[in-house]
Amino acid sequence: MSADTSAVTNMTASLNILQKPAALPSYVSTRNACKLCAPLGASLVFRGIEGAVPFLHGSQGCATYMRRYIISHFREPMDIAASGFSESSAIFGGGENLRRGLQNVTAQYKPSMIGVATTCLCETIGEDVAAMVREYQEAQIDLPTPQLVHVSTPSYSGTHVDGFHAAVRSVVATLATPEPEPSHHVNLLPGMVSAADIRYLKEIAEDFELSSIVLPDYSETLDGPALDAYEKIPAGGTPIQGIRSAAGARASIEFGRSIRQRDTAAAFLESTFGVRAHRLGLPIGINETDRFFSTLKDIADRPVPRQHEMERERLIDSYVDGHKYVFGKRAIVYGEEDLVVGLAALLAEIGIIPVLCASGGKSGALRQSIAEVAPSSPGVTEVCDYTDFMSIGEKAKLLKPDLLIGNSKGYGIARDLGIPLVRVGFPIHDRIGGQRILHLGYRGTQQLFDRIVNALLEHKQQTSEIGYSYM
Amino acid sequence: MAHDAHEVKKEMVAIYPKKLGKKRAEQIVVTELGPDGSVPEIKANVRSSPGIITQRGCAYAGCKGVVIGPSRDILSIVHGPIGCSFYAWLTRRNQTRPPSDSDPNFITYCLSTDMTEQEIVFGGEKKLKAAIKEAYDVFHPKAIAVFSTCPVGLIGDDVHAVARQMKEELGINVFAFSCEGYRGVSQSAGHHIANNQLFKHVIGLNELAHEDKFTINLLGEYNIGGDAFVIEDLFRRCGIKLIATFSGNSDYDSMANSHTADLNLVMCHRSINYMAEMMEKKFGIPWLKINFIGAAATAKSLRKIAEYFDDAELKAKVETVIAEEMPKVDVAQKDVKSRCQGKTAMLFVGGSRAHHYQVLFKEMGMEIVAAGYEFGHRDDYEGRKVLPTIKVDADSKNIEEIEVRPDETRYVPRLSQERKAQLADPELEFQDYVGMMPEMEDGTLVIDDISHHETERLIELYKPSIFCAGIKEKYAVQKMGIPCKQLHSYDYGGPYAGFEGAINFYREIDRMVNMKVWSLVKAPWQTLAPQPEPAPVAAD
Repeated sequence: MSADTSAVTNMTASLNILQKPAALPSYVSTRNACKLCAPLGASLVFRGIEGAVPFLHGSQGCATYMRRYIISHFREPMDIAASGFSESSAIFGGGENLRRGLQNVTAQYKPSMIGVATTCLCETIGEDVAAMVREYQEAQIDLPTPQLVHVSTPSYSGTHVDGFHAAVRSVVATLATPEPEPSHHVNLLPGMVSAADIRYLKEIAEDFELSSIVLPDYSETLDGPALDAYEKIPAGGTPIQGIRSAAGARASIEFGRSIRQRDTAAAFLESTFGVRAHRLGLPIGINETDRFFSTLKDIADRPVPRQHEMERERLIDSYVDGHKYVFGKRAIVYGEEDLVVGLAALLAEIGIIPVLCASGGKSGALRQSIAEVAPSSPGVTEVCDYTDFMSIGEKAKLLKPDLLIGNSKGYGIARDLGIPLVRVGFPIHDRIGGQRILHLGYRGTQQLFDRIVNALLEHKQQTSEIGYSYM
Repeated sequence: MAHDAHEVKKEMVAIYPKKLGKKRAEQIVVTELGPDGSVPEIKANVRSSPGIITQRGCAYAGCKGVVIGPSRDILSIVHGPIGCSFYAWLTRRNQTRPPSDSDPNFITYCLSTDMTEQEIVFGGEKKLKAAIKEAYDVFHPKAIAVFSTCPVGLIGDDVHAVARQMKEELGINVFAFSCEGYRGVSQSAGHHIANNQLFKHVIGLNELAHEDKFTINLLGEYNIGGDAFVIEDLFRRCGIKLIATFSGNSDYDSMANSHTADLNLVMCHRSINYMAEMMEKKFGIPWLKINFIGAAATAKSLRKIAEYFDDAELKAKVETVIAEEMPKVDVAQKDVKSRCQGKTAMLFVGGSRAHHYQVLFKEMGMEIVAAGYEFGHRDDYEGRKVLPTIKVDADSKNIEEIEVRPDETRYVPRLSQERKAQLADPELEFQDYVGMMPEMEDGTLVIDDISHHETERLIELYKPSIFCAGIKEKYAVQKMGIPCKQLHSYDYGGPYAGFEGAINFYREIDRMVNMKVWSLVKAPWQTLAPQPEPAPVAAD
């Protein structure tokens, strides 16, 4: 099948019709941010661990705001506790607030873990939260006390995605046991993906007959059932015992081209415990997903299950069927860096030109990553990291795209330009089901592809003077 | 009532460590109206305990998100790291209608200095100045408001000095708010800070004179779901001239001109009573507590305004409008009552809404079993008569109290002492607010700053027909099989104000409390096996 994909890819190679848009002024302020703050990402990670409660060391407003955003995307409960700094704790330190907060959370939730993320407030006053957390844990040694994990996530540094990766690393670094029994499982570290993506990854691993630990796993904790009896901490999440055994895993697979050079959880497990790290791009599109499945095939030492091959074959078939609708179209892609990279990979395969790939993140690796997955596009693809929606909007006016792909926050641009927005990523709060959008693998790519084609068709139909019902 | 509220209270606080349990017990009160109209004392506006999942937000949320944000042509710049600016990016909740397409509407923008480590270490004033200049160059606003988030106060950036300097440099109004999230105990601190700065920097700057009679300002109406549009329409039909709204569907010039009105109407007492008091002292404008949530409450509020102006023509117009609207309301009420009568509701929201919305539920024949504010003070519960007895704690002391004196040239008493005395009828709530508790049934629960844990217990024990709160509570409540109506954002529905809004609300609640979805939770094969035949009762 690889011949087929390269054939599709090659169709874009001959395209080099675009001029680079005129340079726009750069701005001091961030105008309509295309990123959220680091502790939000950390909170999401903690929510994806069995029996865990996320806790922010900062103002209660931090917890309230982040809860609001996460809840409106997932339409699920999301408890985040806070130490609730007062003016005096801001001056004299928040240690006592932290201690009382941890006690109160323990009494109410009886959690198996509390994940403590810092905020710009406590980081600015220079609190040694790691030491505070350690001391608290040690002082409680004889009491039934939850496992504590600390992660430093000042919101003046990085984005929600950086907070996410930092939290995954902290969880692993805190919990992974130095001399575990080899457990033959594989650590799956997918990054900030949807609940549906996580469920699908678990299904794939099962089909390879690989036991897996997905970290984090909020596929149930943030996409749960209607209940008869309310659960204070929802069922599901990565089992803590599983995280402890991460050090004895057969291998780790970590998604995200932009974080390959960073000290992530997979890097930590490899350097500390010798767990082989497979650091791949987010598996979106045929090529990136092929890399993922090939890796699984090697780790599991068994052929790719037939049903997945068939999903791949159907996907290629649909690329061919839909090619006339998408070829040569121009798209702007924005959001988390690795999602943008994955989407660019997909677009390059199907013949849509990603005229602008934009993100609020600044890993420094976005440009290189895009070049790797969409090699046919240099000169036609503009890459902007550390950018915001007003800048994207200004560029969009010049670039005249046919569609936008990204989260709900880009809707204003799509509306101004009168073009469709295909919603992916986070946050989605103008549609239902953001947590159920499947982005990954052959199946997720199939769904994205169908949605992209249909968005273009719908637009064409709606703007047609005649209104054909046969497109 | 099926439950003994005192027992429920005990049960709810039992889980807490001792000290916390004691504190919470003072914030949970069983209503009991004394013969002299007194209500039990409640502890309110005190700091939420660490680790308790509170509904509350922070001072910044109250200042930027609630009071200033909804004004469409004051350009907001948030000085701090990125999160807070993103989270207070307003869109659908607060509506606004610029008079024309060419008039500015900045509500959909989210501007931030996006502080990084660099500024945290070396100071952010320079970046703030550049951000203000840049915003001016792009938008040319009449006014720019700067909001400080937590780190700003800690690193000692003087946002007020920067604002002064930029005001001079740009020749537009620039003012700043020290509304760091650690100030005060909730959004309430931010409301007060917002009131203070608006009062100091905006009110009285526009001397446009009016020929109109019956000039008013509407304070504490934020146009959630288009409520202000409905109220504005009622004013128009009654011949009441609205100068400014604080701050739903408002603009800068009207706020600057608000000192010319003859009456201030206070909708949300909690968030804006400071402004009413300060404007009275400085300009002599009396204020009146009104409530446009609920058809009967709307009618009563319009009559109160007419009574204040004491004008026969106005009174007649008000009666005409009420007579035009009430028949439609009556039809809708009768219809929903057939399905909603006797159902129960709980409201835990805001600093006014948990009170105001009780009216609507009662109009539907529903019963309120428990209510409480997220950030109210004792006066919002017990009435302003308790103001002199409220202890000011360290958290409240940190919020500036402006000393206001009558304006030398612009103080104009609107009423004679004699007329003021006539208006002192408690029903009229002239410069008064009776609070939530006197209007609640004996034996109902009033809970201040309800925690997530208490919410769960309360729902388990009472199984109310509907629970009203915000987005943070919504899905937890619904997991428990109880519909949750958001009264912060209205679930992006509304309007619910006025007569038209009341009908919308009846329909919405009718839909929610009679929703059939939960009957599908169990699949047919999951339903309980038929109960065994009852064992025969043994004969003695």
